Amino acid sequence: MNVALETRGLCKSFGALTVAADIDFRLETGARHALIGPNGAGKTTFVNMLTGVLPPSSGKILLGGEDVTTVAQSARVKRGLGRTFQINALFRQLPVLDNVALSVAERRRIAPRLWRAASAHQDVRDESMELLATLGLADDAGQRILDLPYGKQRLVEIAIALGLRPKVLLLDEPAAGVPSLESGRILQVLDNLPKDIAILIIEHDMDLVFRFAQRITVLVQGEVLVEGTPEEIGKNQRVHEVYLGEQHHE
Amino acid sequence: MQELIPSIVSVAFHGAALGMVLYVISVGLSITLGLMGFANLAHGVFAMAGGYILTTALSRFGVPFPLALVFAFAGVAAGSVVLERLLYSRLYTASDLEQVLFTIGLIFISVAVARFIYGTLQQPVLLPGYLKGQFPLLGRDFPTYRVFIILFSAVLVALLWFGVERTRWGAMVRAAVDNRAMAQSVGINTRQLFTLTFALGSGLAGLGGALGAEIIAIQPTYPFENLVYFLVVVSIGGLGSLRGPFIAALLIGVSDTACKYWLPQYGAFPIYVATIAILLWRPQGLFGRKV
Amino acid sequence: MRHTGGYSADTRLRWPELLPWVVALAGFFLLPDYLALGARILIYILYALSLDLILGYAGIITLGHSAYFGLGAYVAGILSAKLGVTDPLLQLVAAGAGGALLGLVTGAIILRTKGLTLLMLTLAITSVLLEIANKATALTGGADGLSGVVIAPIFGIFKFDIFGKTAFLYCLAVLLAGWWVVRRLIYSPFGASLTGVRENALRMHAIGAPVYWRMVLVYTLSTALAGVAGGLLTQTYQFVGLNVLSFESAGELLVMLILGGVGRIYGAFVGPLIYLVVQDALAKQFPEYWYLGIGVMLVLVVMFARGGVLGIVDGIIARLRRKP
Repeated sequence: MNVALETRGLCKSFGALTVAADIDFRLETGARHALIGPNGAGKTTFVNMLTGVLPPSSGKILLGGEDVTTVAQSARVKRGLGRTFQINALFRQLPVLDNVALSVAERRRIAPRLWRAASAHQDVRDESMELLATLGLADDAGQRILDLPYGKQRLVEIAIALGLRPKVLLLDEPAAGVPSLESGRILQVLDNLPKDIAILIIEHDMDLVFRFAQRITVLVQGEVLVEGTPEEIGKNQRVHEVYLGEQHHE
Repeated sequence: MQELIPSIVSVAFHGAALGMVLYVISVGLSITLGLMGFANLAHGVFAMAGGYILTTALSRFGVPFPLALVFAFAGVAAGSVVLERLLYSRLYTASDLEQVLFTIGLIFISVAVARFIYGTLQQPVLLPGYLKGQFPLLGRDFPTYRVFIILFSAVLVALLWFGVERTRWGAMVRAAVDNRAMAQSVGINTRQLFTLTFALGSGLAGLGGALGAEIIAIQPTYPFENLVYFLVVVSIGGLGSLRGPFIAALLIGVSDTACKYWLPQYGAFPIYVATIAILLWRPQGLFGRKV
Repeated sequence: MRHTGGYSADTRLRWPELLPWVVALAGFFLLPDYLALGARILIYILYALSLDLILGYAGIITLGHSAYFGLGAYVAGILSAKLGVTDPLLQLVAAGAGGALLGLVTGAIILRTKGLTLLMLTLAITSVLLEIANKATALTGGADGLSGVVIAPIFGIFKFDIFGKTAFLYCLAVLLAGWWVVRRLIYSPFGASLTGVRENALRMHAIGAPVYWRMVLVYTLSTALAGVAGGLLTQTYQFVGLNVLSFESAGELLVMLILGGVGRIYGAFVGPLIYLVVQDALAKQFPEYWYLGIGVMLVLVVMFARGGVLGIVDGIIARLRRKP
């Protein structure tokens, strides 16, 4: 079995505050893996280290078997790592098509071209439209992001990452903030994602996690508490304590 | 070698005087930047206004010097409150570009007004008799007024630092600089805090401009000509910091004086190059927080 | 801020885009006494266009664009007055190359920073050049300026006449070329990625765009154009003074661009036109009021009319369209 993404002993501290302690993590090719944990567990920090936004204090990150611990963010993208953001990071004034076309153009190495008009690159436009169609957004291609309902914006967030044809996709709370009527759409999209992409999803929505994930990692206070199949996690006493403990504090 | 020591002392002395003036003027800018995140490029306008108030009070109205200084501080502080309430406060959430444009607009307006009222020539500073002449210190003679500048500024600085470290106001400022949203949620009235702090910083700028009127000439193009210096002090010192700009101001005051004395053919060139080098090495300034 | 370009844009030339050239040619034939002012307007349009590239499209806030304009002006002047190179096209190419080279070096350095630090650095760089120009009097003429600039006929045929006809058409031709380059750039995939950086730099990094290098490239292109504009100024007036490097003139350029509207290509046309025409009419009579006026205008634009004149025009057009 191929390992698409791996960390060994990943640590991060800000002075005396440790946000990641010795995280060993493996993401197999084609995996459907979820990362859960209470607020402040360090999930987004972990993703930021994986993508290269945040340098780890120690440890290694391997992408497709290659050490990328010190490799820059944009270089990791070129090697097949894509991500979405918990809070939409979209080009709000631009139409949906342009949002996706920007990432498609980066992947196809068309973005640095200076002379021929962007809109004349039919290949980029066609590929972007196809991608939008698979997500059910084809009719919205000409709409500006800020005119779209939030659920569709969340879908565009995923579309941009898919435009990169990543081998590894990190989804940071894809259903966050989406009204329950529209989140079914998101789940559908997640189900239909290409089988050869390795997907790591961070989520609080337990329904989505248990329906989608084949393996779950539980992160608590920067440490891996336990990892296993959904059944194993569902029965795990320590996991219950962590979540029940959290509820007692509320 | 014999001639070198006296000139080093002289350069250090005059550099310190310039540095103190620069600090008193620029510290307000550092706090405003750190507190409100607002790049007030028009800060030099307040210094210029203080200078004009002082020179006018001395020449036109024969006001005694200490009172003229008070007028410079109070007048500019009061004026800044009006400006802050009417104009600045509307732009705290505006984009960087809009803030820059607005402050440039203010500079243009004040340059025009100054030119209209006072003409283009430098304002003469009519010092009182007891501040003129030489002052013997450690066996040497130094210009009395410069000695006064250094001592007076030192007192001001001490008061300011004490105020920020020990008073409730100071604690609120430090909290709000550190984390504005958090400060608001613990009940600090940031609106009032901003206005008060802005007034203090601008008043100090006015006072600094008045104090330094002999060293940094008061003329209509003041805000344009000296903008770089004030920004350099704050950038190198680190915005929001109190002590950083002090060190930076002294460094700049001394190096500028040294360069102009020993390498006059290069002018301020070495200062700018050094600034660029320092900011590239540490973009947050010598004492600022890493962004 | 509106955006032009991108993957959904219609790139065909719209008829209003021909207006500036029609107006320019009309001015040439109908207002022969104002050709010197006309040339000045054309030069500042090119200069404003170069600033719009980085300010309006890439979102880089700078107060130091006059460094490149000034460098271009002095390069052209020194080539002519001190080195005897009188061919205008050669001077212009050198001016542009000078702007580009300085832009590449300084851009690579300062674009690693952002916000106030970046602004500060742009000011410091301009100050360095100003000091050099002030002190290296043998080369630059110092505070007196550089005169004795000689321009040979273009292609050996078109002499620079005292009525300014050749100068005007020359500036118009250069502006046309510059405008064409900028327009293609804006509509290209590169231009689209610049808009992306301005809209959401975080996301551009996350899709693998080498943001820093793109910024350096557009900065260099912009400074090259600014250098060319500076060279044109020297050639038109046959003189270079320290004021090309002053903060006042950098501030004025910003005012011209904001007046017209940032990020719209044609704001760079409208702004300098209005500014310089009004300045010519009013400023001589009432110089203090002039500065006061632009200061007030700037404050008002920021408070109420963020898109400049073209923004107001857009607003009017939108309101007219809404009426059924």
